[in-house]
This record gives sequence, structure tokens and C-alpha cells, in this order.
Amino acid sequence: MSEQPSIFDILGPIMIGPSSSHTAGASRIGYIARQLLNEKPVRAVITLYNSFAKTHKGHGTDRAIVGGILGFGPDDPRIRQSFEIGKEEGLEWEFKFVGDSARFHSNTAKIRLEGAGGGKVEITGASLGGGRIKIQEIEGFRVDFTASMHTLVVIADDIPGSIRNISGAIADRGSNIANMYVSRSEKLANMVIEVDQPIDKETLKKIESFPWVKFARRVEPMVDGSSRYEK
Amino acid sequence: MEFNYLSEIVEYCRREGKDMAQAMVDYEMKNKGLTREQVYEGLKRVLLVMEESVEQGMTQQVITPSGMLNNWAKTVAQASVNTLGPSLKMAAARAIAVGEVNACMGKIAAAPTAGSAGILPAVLVTMMEEHGTTRERLLDALLVTSAVGLIFAKNSSFAGSEAGCMGETGSAAAMGAAAIVYLLGGTEEQILEAVGFALKASMGLVCDPVGGLVEEPCTTRNAVGVANAFVSAQLALAGIKSLIPADEVIAATKEVGDLMSPRLKESGQGGLANTKTGREIQKRVFATVRAQKG
Repeated sequence: MSEQPSIFDILGPIMIGPSSSHTAGASRIGYIARQLLNEKPVRAVITLYNSFAKTHKGHGTDRAIVGGILGFGPDDPRIRQSFEIGKEEGLEWEFKFVGDSARFHSNTAKIRLEGAGGGKVEITGASLGGGRIKIQEIEGFRVDFTASMHTLVVIADDIPGSIRNISGAIADRGSNIANMYVSRSEKLANMVIEVDQPIDKETLKKIESFPWVKFARRVEPMVDGSSRYEK
Repeated sequence: MEFNYLSEIVEYCRREGKDMAQAMVDYEMKNKGLTREQVYEGLKRVLLVMEESVEQGMTQQVITPSGMLNNWAKTVAQASVNTLGPSLKMAAARAIAVGEVNACMGKIAAAPTAGSAGILPAVLVTMMEEHGTTRERLLDALLVTSAVGLIFAKNSSFAGSEAGCMGETGSAAAMGAAAIVYLLGGTEEQILEAVGFALKASMGLVCDPVGGLVEEPCTTRNAVGVANAFVSAQLALAGIKSLIPADEVIAATKEVGDLMSPRLKESGQGGLANTKTGREIQKRVFATVRAQKG
């Protein structure tokens, strides 16, 4: 049996208006970029494509993405003042606009973040409507996940046994892997692993401790009300 | 646990001796592994946001950044003329209130969508005001609306880009009509009749927002959608039958949505968006936005 919709998909999302695709979905993409950076962001370069580029002002897409980067969920009223709050918190940002790009979904944002500790991450995400999103690129790798489950993103040297070691680290903690996607480029492999239970700090530390792992980050599923990013 | 048609939900109710609200509690508990309390906690959050959004729009200053909407909810509520008594006027004002709050980046429950978010709060708050319905009962009414929405989402679409405004304010009016019938003691069959009436009245409604913003005509269509819900519920409770069964009406909305030109489905290229005045408003709104930026 395929996954059945929740009644709360019908009766929601609870969100800051005006548009589930151009506001709520946009904030989610920003929020995921923030989780992948995993530290306080100090600089953001945000490229909006297609419909996002053309209608961002009227829908507050720009404020929603900056709000997401600040850790505000789609239902957090602070999205409205995200520019003011961002300045106070020392975040600098720049928007770029690409009106027509056949390469991307109509509502797409690319976000490059730099953190206070020197970390960097770049993601591309699309807003699909109803507040649902999918992440399509991380650090130049093609990916495809919706962040509706606990998700682990790993970039590692493409060596034999890497997948086994990473999945083993997750299984050791009693978590079930629901889905796993692997893509390769040159000598690196990218793994996106969706897990039933939250990925705890110990699991993440263990994976990060493998010398061939370059990047390991978790993204928590977003539900209504999970507004503030936990530090 | 899977429901694909409203008739299946009615069948489940009959078999299990439950009403439609409890059928949906079973559905959510089984599919999502939640307790009854967790389901109701979620519903309470939705209802709270709905009530707050009505309250905000009815009391606070709401002028949208585009200037298209300017405290219309309060203007309607304070009107000295009543076409059919103050109840209808207030119900319409409440729907507009949520639309204005949404357009001003306020907090709403997109049930079923942001563009149609005014109809259910207006219906539920009006039931509370006019019939003294308790919040506990409103939570069950929300469950009934979710039954209608679930089946509509499966067999048609909420997306303006696929089913036009029929999929947004049309489905919301059908959900609202179901809630009213349920709250006034109608049978499961009568709930389905009301869904049929509301959707038939919305058949083929296009999505043509001026400037692509969720303001004109979305906000006033929400107000009219509330009237649709109350009239459809009235007919069903009187015992009139929708000659076309609700599940078949939903199937027809899918066919009609597919037949509608893409220009009439959230493209900004047809209907009101493409009128002389619509184009002028669009130009003015986006000029203002640019000026503010510079």
C-alpha cells in the first residue's frame, strides 16, 4: 500500500501567507540550507529562477527564504521581519534573478551559505506547491529528496565499503534505512539516506570520523510548529 | 487504511457504526501511528490558527503591500445594509478577513490551500456565533472536511494550475458545506449531497489572479464560497438530492480541469488577469514595488 496522505496535508500547512509554493515552500528551502550548513550563517547568495524570480516580491519569497536561513519555519510570523532580524543577527545576503531557465523547475532557488566558522554549503531546491519541496542539488551533486523524513547527506571518497560502513553506523543505532540514493562524480560519492527515526549526534559523529568522509549533515523533517532551528 | 471515494467512507461508517469524523480519526491513527489525543491536538492547532486569522483580519489594520485590499473585512462587517440579515454579511466578512491576513504575510491554515484559506474559518466561526457550536464539535467538523478534501485531492486537484479556482475555493466550499451539514445533524448521505451541490456551483471556475497575487479576485471568491457552502448545506439538509452523486461530481471536476485552457489556470494570461484594468493594476503594483526597492 502506498503512503496515504495525512488529514493534516489537507488541513494545512499552517503557514505565513500568501502562497504555499512561493512563501511556505521557499522558507523551507532556506531552512534546509541552514540545517546543511549546521552553523550560524553570516553570508548568503540566493539565486531565484523562473516564477520565483518574476513574482518574489508580491509573494514575500525573498523574506521567506531569508527567514528560513535564519531558522524560521514556514509558520513563524518573524518571516515578515526577516530582513530586519537578519541584519541584527549579522547576516549579509544578496539576491540574483534568472527569469527564464529551462534547466530548473518553475519555482527554484539556489542558496549558497557561509557560516561564522568558515563552513560553506550550496543547495538548489524547488517548491512543488502546497508547501512541499524537493532538494535537487547539494554541492553540485544531483540529489532528489523532499526532507519529509529524517535525512542524512554524506559526501565521501568513492571507495569500496563506504556505503556499507555508513549504513552500518546507522543500523548500529537501531535505525531503519527507508531509502538510499547514491550518485558519483570523479572520485567522490554522494549519499542521501532517509531514515525512520531521528539521526542522533553519536551516529553523525561516527560517520564524520571516517577519514574518507568529507561532509556529513542531517536534515530533520519539517512539521507544522517546528519553527526555530535547534542550536 | 485507504479511502478512495466518499462512498467508501460512508460504507465504512455504516459497517463500523461510526460517524464520518470518527472514520477519519481511525484513518489518521492507523496510517500515521498517532493516538486519538495526538490527532485532536493537531486539529486544535488548526482551529486555533483559523480563529486567530479571522480575529486579526476583523480587528487589525490590513492593507496589502499591493494596495489592492484595504480593510475590506471591517468595511463589510460595519456595513449598515444587510442583504439577508447580519449573519450572511458577517460570514462573508470573516472569509475576507483571512484572505487579507494571508495577503499581508499573516499566519493562516492553508486548508485546503492558501488561496482558499478563508472559507473554512468563516464557516466554523459563523457556526459558533450563530448556532453556539462548541470548539469540541468544530474539531469533529474539521475531520469531516478532511474526508471531503482527501477524496477531492485523490480524484481531482487542489492546484489552481491544474483545476483552476474550482480546485481551490470550489473544494473549500464543498468541505465547508459538509461541515455545516454534519454540525446540524445531517446524515452521511446528506453530507455527500451538500458536497455535490457546492462543487456543481463551482464547476469550471478559472484561476485568474491579477498580477499573480493571491488578492483579486481570490478574496471575494472566498466570501462567495462561504455563501455557496451555507446554501448547499441548506439544500442537502432540506432533503434535496444532488442527482449526480458526489463522487461522480468530483470526477467531473477533474475532467473539466483537464479541459480548461492553461491560460485560465494560474498563468496570469487569461480571465481577469488579462483584462485592461487587470493589466493596468499589474503594471502599477510592480512599478510601486520597484520604486520601494530603489
